[in-house]
Amino acid sequence: MQATLLDERQGQIHRTGEKPFEIVCDKDSLAGAVSQRACVFCGSRVVLYPIADALHLVHGPIGCAVYTWDIRGALSSGPELHRLSFSTDLQEMDVVFGGEKKLYNALVELIDRHNPEAAFVYSTCIVGIIGDDLAAVCKRVEEEKNIPVIPVQSEGFKGNKRAGYRAACEAMFKLVGTGDTAEISPHSINILGDFNLAGEIWMIRKYFEQMGIEVVANITGDGRIADIQRAHGAALNVVQCSGATMDLARMMEEKYSIPSIRVSYFGIEDMAESLYSVARHFDSPAIMNRARDLVREEISRIYPELQKYKKALHGRKAAIYVGGSFKAFSLVKAFRHLGMHVVMVGSQTGTREEYLELAEITDPGTIIVDDANPLELTSFLEEKKVDIFVGGVKERPIAYKLGVGFCDHNHERKEALAGFDGMLNFAREVYSSVMSPVWQFTRFIGGDQS
Amino acid sequence: MTKMRPNYISTTNACKLCKPLGASLVFKGIEGSVPYLHGSQGCATYMRRYIISHFNEPIDIASSSLGEKHAIYGGGPNLKLGLTNVIKKYRPGMIGIATTCLTETIGDDVAMILDEYRREVNSPENLPTLVHVQTPSYSGTHMEGFHAAVAAVVDQLAGSNEKTDAITLLPGFVSAADLRYLKEVVADFGLDTILLPDYSETLDGPARLQYEKIPAGGTSLTAISKAGGSRQAVEFGRTIDEERTGGAVLHEKFNIERKVLGLPIGINETDLFFNLLCSISGKGIPEKHAMERGRLVDAYVDGHKYVFGKKAVVYGEEDMVVGLTSFLTEIGIRPVLCASGGRSGHLAAAIRAVTEESLAGQPRVEEGMDFYDIAAAAEELGPDLLIGHSKGYPLARKLNIPLIRVGFPIHDRVGGQRILHLGYRGAQQLFDTIANALIARKQDMSDVGYSYM
Repeated sequence: MQATLLDERQGQIHRTGEKPFEIVCDKDSLAGAVSQRACVFCGSRVVLYPIADALHLVHGPIGCAVYTWDIRGALSSGPELHRLSFSTDLQEMDVVFGGEKKLYNALVELIDRHNPEAAFVYSTCIVGIIGDDLAAVCKRVEEEKNIPVIPVQSEGFKGNKRAGYRAACEAMFKLVGTGDTAEISPHSINILGDFNLAGEIWMIRKYFEQMGIEVVANITGDGRIADIQRAHGAALNVVQCSGATMDLARMMEEKYSIPSIRVSYFGIEDMAESLYSVARHFDSPAIMNRARDLVREEISRIYPELQKYKKALHGRKAAIYVGGSFKAFSLVKAFRHLGMHVVMVGSQTGTREEYLELAEITDPGTIIVDDANPLELTSFLEEKKVDIFVGGVKERPIAYKLGVGFCDHNHERKEALAGFDGMLNFAREVYSSVMSPVWQFTRFIGGDQS
Repeated sequence: MTKMRPNYISTTNACKLCKPLGASLVFKGIEGSVPYLHGSQGCATYMRRYIISHFNEPIDIASSSLGEKHAIYGGGPNLKLGLTNVIKKYRPGMIGIATTCLTETIGDDVAMILDEYRREVNSPENLPTLVHVQTPSYSGTHMEGFHAAVAAVVDQLAGSNEKTDAITLLPGFVSAADLRYLKEVVADFGLDTILLPDYSETLDGPARLQYEKIPAGGTSLTAISKAGGSRQAVEFGRTIDEERTGGAVLHEKFNIERKVLGLPIGINETDLFFNLLCSISGKGIPEKHAMERGRLVDAYVDGHKYVFGKKAVVYGEEDMVVGLTSFLTEIGIRPVLCASGGRSGHLAAAIRAVTEESLAGQPRVEEGMDFYDIAAAAEELGPDLLIGHSKGYPLARKLNIPLIRVGFPIHDRVGGQRILHLGYRGAQQLFDTIANALIARKQDMSDVGYSYM
């Protein structure tokens, strides 16, 4: 099948090596293109979601809340308030006469019921249209209930998912700086941009703690309000995930002079380099030695099993379509580690710099795509005769209908893919889909190892 | 009997979905059709994800992807641009356009915009059929959206030029397996039938050798155009609106006799459906189905003691709750709470209609409930099992009782699209599933672990 590539979409696709690098990105999705992206609200909701002791109230009609109920596999070691879906469920009369009173009453009712440490109040499309003064209601409740009540300006139509990330960072930044930072170690960090899917942040924290580094705040996996409030006491922000939390790191650098480094916990190289770069920042031989020991131990533990998968998967072809493109770098390397070739890589919200870097690390002919859609993805997978596709829920049925294996790498997944154990899980996931005997009964477009 | 409960302002874990989702499902059940939401990009994507997680099929729903300036100056230009792009990419036979909160609030007149669009394109005769429906989610649930879309399709596409022997069957929101079953039943009665919508293949398709941009299957536009001449309209749903359904439109516009039955779940409600088919076709019940009914009665008898007197909480869409309650009552399970997030105003009367002959007292019936309310009630009522979609799982886990998964969505198991609820055959599956869940429960809890029942 050859999908029609709409003219307006041409600029958002680049093929490595075929032309000098150029790509259009960070623009609103094209009407009728069936983008895989969600909206501003989605961007805010996914970033703040894992803060487990906060109340997350969606001010709007029921859809926005009900489609994000328990949507992420973001685990908590304590409270689980984040797993509930709260809504003001606006009705026609509220739209006509305004929803402020309902919002006030709902907030008071929920705060009295759950005693949260803070409340986030998400604005949705129609709230932006009917003009409810979210900030005023939040301020009033904050004064009455004596907890932070923070409006999140996430009207769905006011930009794309990246705008939602920014709104979430602005909301969190209101908390930072309000907690006590006494007794925080000089060797301390905040972990930004890990959402504790399948317990990943617990692994990462353990690595840092083994190195002798104190983690002040998880932002936001297994997150807590009190930790975020004292996050300005950390010596370094360690930021994963391209778009989601970089804005917060920038704001903290400006106001509190906290430097940040960007890392990735996916794949052996990037995981090890993350630990080393933090160790280098603190310039302590003891920390660096502990990091080296840890990496050596972990790699020798997982190496034998990885070899088994590498042998089976060698030469196979992979395609990647994820939310943020920073994660895609690590995936390209992780596949290379398994002896596989990445032939297509794309994301919903990548930046020009990120796509440029992808163009630099991928093989000639690799398709790089911004804000793709089902028919484009289908035609790319067919053209490249892909064996395995990495993506999220919306990409999965596309792969399966084409006869392509699939690895779920989005925020609903139940397998930890970060850290050294995560690399092993990732290899297992890829192996168990590519090697399944079920493809004998379907069309299978991969298997071409040329 | 409806008890007073605290009237909460906030909603926690809603037991309903939003209106355009229901409309999208209807449009997926029409041949060659692409659903299209006029609103911001997130609506389409969230609903795609939600529907995919149940059906495990590609669900392409287009969006007019409105941004800030469209919200201020009107979404018309983007709606048109999106239509052009969908037509270029998908070559659809139909585009089903549903509005959202945003576009209803800013007041876009979609009918007018579509008229403009038809005038503006070079060759309007080559345009796909365009159907539109108003579905702001601040009034009603996905079920109102579903019925509104069926009504819009019938209203905008059905003609009355030629009389046909076919009946129009409007089943409401049932599973893909249910639709396949209904087609088999009417065919066994020798009845030509316009089934609307029919997503039995589009949302539960086979693996094919060629990828299809729009999956094969669905009610054909030709069939829909003949619905105005059909001999009878049969509609399922004891709580559906009197005026805003496909059947109501057929009755008003074309004076077609409209027959409304409950969803045929369990023997009593299915008997009504089969009796109607007998009278329409002038035939007796086909042997195959008589045998299925016979085996079902036999199974009820064989298993009656394992289910008798057990207490159930039933929740979900109102018509599904009514059907399930009718079925549970006839096998001796006591529904103690019948709950829905919908607010048709008809739920209590519908439950009474299907239970009053066999139940001494009426169960508690609640509209407008969320899972916070349902959990509070359930803890008081002490049910032995929950029956509903998969979003009741946290409650079942908390109460440590079995959850019988039915309806939509099933997000935590495979095969939700293949659950059969309707007819004698569906009742057989439901009965076996429920009886076995209760037997397994007793077996697992037993210190001895008997290997006989």
